[in-house]
Amino acid sequence: MSEVAIVGVGCVGFKSIMPELSYKELMFEAAVKAYEDAGGINPRKDVDAFVTCAEDYWEGFSIFDEFVPDQLGAVLRHLFTVSGDGLLGLANAYMLIKTGHFDIVVLEAHSKASDILTFYDIVAFAMDPVMVRPLGGNPYYIAGMEMNRYLCETGTTIEQCAQVVVKNKRNALANPYAAYGANITLDQVLWSEPCFYPLKKLEISPLSDGCVVMVLASEKVAKKLTDTPIWVEGVGWATETPNLETRDWGRAVYTELAAEMAYKTAGITCPSREIDFVELSDLFAYKELQHLEALKLCKYGEAGMLLEDGIITKDGDLPVNVSGGCLGMGYALEASGMQRLLEVVLQLRGKAEGRQIPDAEVGLAHTWRGIPTATGAVAILSNIKE
Amino acid sequence: MSEKIKSYPGFRIRTADFREGKVPYVAYRPKVRYAWSAGIAMSRFLEELKNGRIIATYCNSCGRIMVPPRVFCEECFKPADGWKHVKDTGTINTYSVSFIAGDASRIKEPIIVAVIDIDGASPGMGILHKIGEIDWKEVKFGMKVKAVWKPPEERVGSITDIKYFKPVKEETL
Ligand SMILES: [Zn+2]
Repeated sequence: MSEVAIVGVGCVGFKSIMPELSYKELMFEAAVKAYEDAGGINPRKDVDAFVTCAEDYWEGFSIFDEFVPDQLGAVLRHLFTVSGDGLLGLANAYMLIKTGHFDIVVLEAHSKASDILTFYDIVAFAMDPVMVRPLGGNPYYIAGMEMNRYLCETGTTIEQCAQVVVKNKRNALANPYAAYGANITLDQVLWSEPCFYPLKKLEISPLSDGCVVMVLASEKVAKKLTDTPIWVEGVGWATETPNLETRDWGRAVYTELAAEMAYKTAGITCPSREIDFVELSDLFAYKELQHLEALKLCKYGEAGMLLEDGIITKDGDLPVNVSGGCLGMGYALEASGMQRLLEVVLQLRGKAEGRQIPDAEVGLAHTWRGIPTATGAVAILSNIKE
Repeated sequence: MSEKIKSYPGFRIRTADFREGKVPYVAYRPKVRYAWSAGIAMSRFLEELKNGRIIATYCNSCGRIMVPPRVFCEECFKPADGWKHVKDTGTINTYSVSFIAGDASRIKEPIIVAVIDIDGASPGMGILHKIGEIDWKEVKFGMKVKAVWKPPEERVGSITDIKYFKPVKEETL
């Protein structure tokens, strides 16, 4: 089976709002950049399949799938849409190439969150209609409940969670694709408005607009298109249960399972030793710590200490979210995983400029589909081919 | 009910039973609202509708004049090369007559919908709109039609700034 490489990336955004472009124009700009980056491929004849990622309710269209071909150069060509995060789209693109029938596959995900006027009502519409919806309230209380249980089980402190925000927003200052870079203090986070006890306002990733397009290729084609192919060594994904009454509130089990799957494919047996840096979902500050543990990069309950010891800062032994994460780049709905993946690719190419991690060879990208889901995905990437 | 089956087991449930609360069920009306950014191409298109004109973009590679306008040519996959006004007349490409409303009830005045190839745009390019001032039985393929605009003070920058297209004689164009 052929190896799979990422050979082109294009990104527009991320910004808090992008009223100047329609979703079509946003996608077109990102696609043009990605095709140029992939050695100037022509999507009208060089691409074997297109995979886009979108959820109808985020878009405000029924069957949004039908609205995506034109702006990607995919008219009258082979395209399907995954109703999920960009990393789930990556898994599909990866599998297409693995079949041996596809040499070049394009992957796209975007967020036009600023077009949504009733964001929390749409999240509420994702709740169980019999058991949960009638209770009312803002469904982000789920994050509050999870954070509370996580702190209770692990002894992680509210200061450690707040420190994640300080770190990631500062990281975002060096990332031109980040919408919410800032130099803030621990106290500013701790004293920000309490929203869903014990979760505070600054610990919640604000929404952002943007688009990422990537070009994937089989081994033989990849080498013709670029000198710096970034190899997809493994992908994994998992969903726990929609039942709020029975899910595990302390651990991110979906991430544990997704990681196991990806590590197995990539042949990784000791993640903390073999992985150089991590981009993961920090949609809520505590999620960075919880996900780091679920990825088996430290023991359950130890991530807070890793943070205090400076291990997961930009200059530490295991940098986490050097891009700024969702807290720094903004929560980009189904494009969140693509933000993580983009940073991993740029770092592995050595093109992350002011935020470059020296000698990075293996990176991990992780995503979580947000409230109220228990769905996650993981990808392992490398710039060296075994 | 089939003639062979005289009766089915169970109870018959009527709409009234739901209304009177005799049947347990959960009703929910989602609050989903959006304000889509029209973007570069559609913003100009809507602006021009307000002016009583239809605007297109064109592509120098394939030579197409594209209505509704877009900032890229989807066939050549390159940015469009410029703007161009087209006429507010055209030809009926295909049509249907809707006797049924959105809620599936029958409507007295049927709605004639048509795809109209706009004069000045490339063949096969145009807009979908309603046809008026004609009995639906008289509508024909290839029929020449012209936009009937709302008065300027009533236009808001919407596709409904054109009320409908009406048939016109070829020589009056
Ligand atoms: Zn063209």
